[in-house]
Amino acid sequence: MGNLKDRYAIVGIGETKFGKLPESSGLALALEASKKAIEDGGFTNAEIDGLLTQQPYLNPALMYSSWIAEGLGVNPKYTTDLNIGGATPISMVAHAVLAIEAGMCETVLCVFAEDALTGFKTPTHGRHRWGTEDFERPFGKNMPPGLYALSARRHMHEYGTTPEQLGAVAVTMRKHAAMNDNAQMRDPITIDDYLKSRWIVEPLRLLDCALMTDGGAAVVVTSAERAKDLKNPPIYIMGFGQGFTKFHINHPEKSLTSFQAIEGSKKRAFKMADITLEDIDVAEIYDCFTITVIITLEDYGFCEKGEGGPFVEAGKIEIGGEFPINTHGGLLSQGHVDGMNHITEAVKQLRGVCGKRQVKDAEIALVTGHGGEASTSHSTLILRR
Amino acid sequence: MVDYKRPLPIPNKDTKEFWDGCKNHELRIQKCQNCVRYRFEPSFICPWCMSLNTEWVKVSGKGSVNSFAVYRQPSEPAFADMVPYVVALIELEGIGVRMISNVIDCQPEEVKIGMKVEVVFDDVTEKVTLPKFRAVA
Repeated sequence: MGNLKDRYAIVGIGETKFGKLPESSGLALALEASKKAIEDGGFTNAEIDGLLTQQPYLNPALMYSSWIAEGLGVNPKYTTDLNIGGATPISMVAHAVLAIEAGMCETVLCVFAEDALTGFKTPTHGRHRWGTEDFERPFGKNMPPGLYALSARRHMHEYGTTPEQLGAVAVTMRKHAAMNDNAQMRDPITIDDYLKSRWIVEPLRLLDCALMTDGGAAVVVTSAERAKDLKNPPIYIMGFGQGFTKFHINHPEKSLTSFQAIEGSKKRAFKMADITLEDIDVAEIYDCFTITVIITLEDYGFCEKGEGGPFVEAGKIEIGGEFPINTHGGLLSQGHVDGMNHITEAVKQLRGVCGKRQVKDAEIALVTGHGGEASTSHSTLILRR
Repeated sequence: MVDYKRPLPIPNKDTKEFWDGCKNHELRIQKCQNCVRYRFEPSFICPWCMSLNTEWVKVSGKGSVNSFAVYRQPSEPAFADMVPYVVALIELEGIGVRMISNVIDCQPEEVKIGMKVEVVFDDVTEKVTLPKFRAVA
């Protein structure tokens, strides 16, 4: 396997609506997003020979990729479920590339969907173990805001990060979502609204937290060669990487204020892409909480460690700012489909079809994924048009 | 005590000694007999040197608050009567071990990062005791 840079491409994308969709099961959402991605790529179901998914968090299912394949009438040569938390969507794209490179299949569908908003309270046949049942949950700690509250508090303590700086992330995401027809929350908010929103886990307020969403998104990956004469222009995969640190928040080597999994992931992806941070035109940063964005920007080196708060407060992350991020509104305002929507949005930006929220002349996009107990896993994807 | 409705740990083969210790009002932590590092959560092998040679050691239970969060709404309904309450990451003194627990017997506003605390055992049911922490007087 030689250098994989630019040898594979995302050629189809699909998104369901995001929000409250009581009529749709999680599986229905996965099938809808998949159908849209397959058709956007100009494929039939018979042409999809690889399928990757991530099990829904709230209604887990064994061999879920085979449920989706059956539902779509896809007969995969290669299929499996992956799970490294919110780093999974990018990991799916990476695994798709590796599977095609290894000759296992040619055209791979990657999909994530769930009915997290309206399915949350419906009866299920089982739940995932979070790995926190014995040593965290009995003390009334919740998942996942309880983790990021600890991170935010410590970040405030070490670097003087303020509530207004966290709020700046929330306000910017909402501003971007207002320019996106397919966003769950589009009514503008102010810093004052942010400060008045109720505590979820102090120091995190309601508007610090990603949404609960019914929805899904999917992409189709194939070789650059196959991508040449398809329906939409190929968006090339320049680089990808993954990184990991300890799982539990109580591990003594784990930092609350730095996402240690970023270092390796970033290094591997930028090395493969052979570019630097300055080459990035637009970024879709995993934003499960406002603090996640601030720490991620620091740990990638877009600003100095501890300067993430002032960086976001200065408006740099807005469309039109020097470093626009989460142009779709992110998990905070577009909807939380585990960051699969970060990949579809990056593709749209590079296709240049984002209308009012289009970043001018966007050529290279960065996408990040992030999972576990306040950064256990991290994934990086670099795309270009 | 009989009516305790909150989620409880389920001791297993790896963790039983820890919970038995709590029941006896002792904080027992694993210590590798090869590389002499303490570790928590309990596990079968030492994650630093992979030695199986482990002993359970009674530790002082003194420590400090590394970070904390204040719950003004419960993590789940069973904790509703506890609000407001504090969930903290406690750093145990001198042994490189951290654990999630509650800081109790004070107002949330009194909790600060770096605050010195000590373990206090809460016999929540006849079978289960939870190690919690309070400010050192």
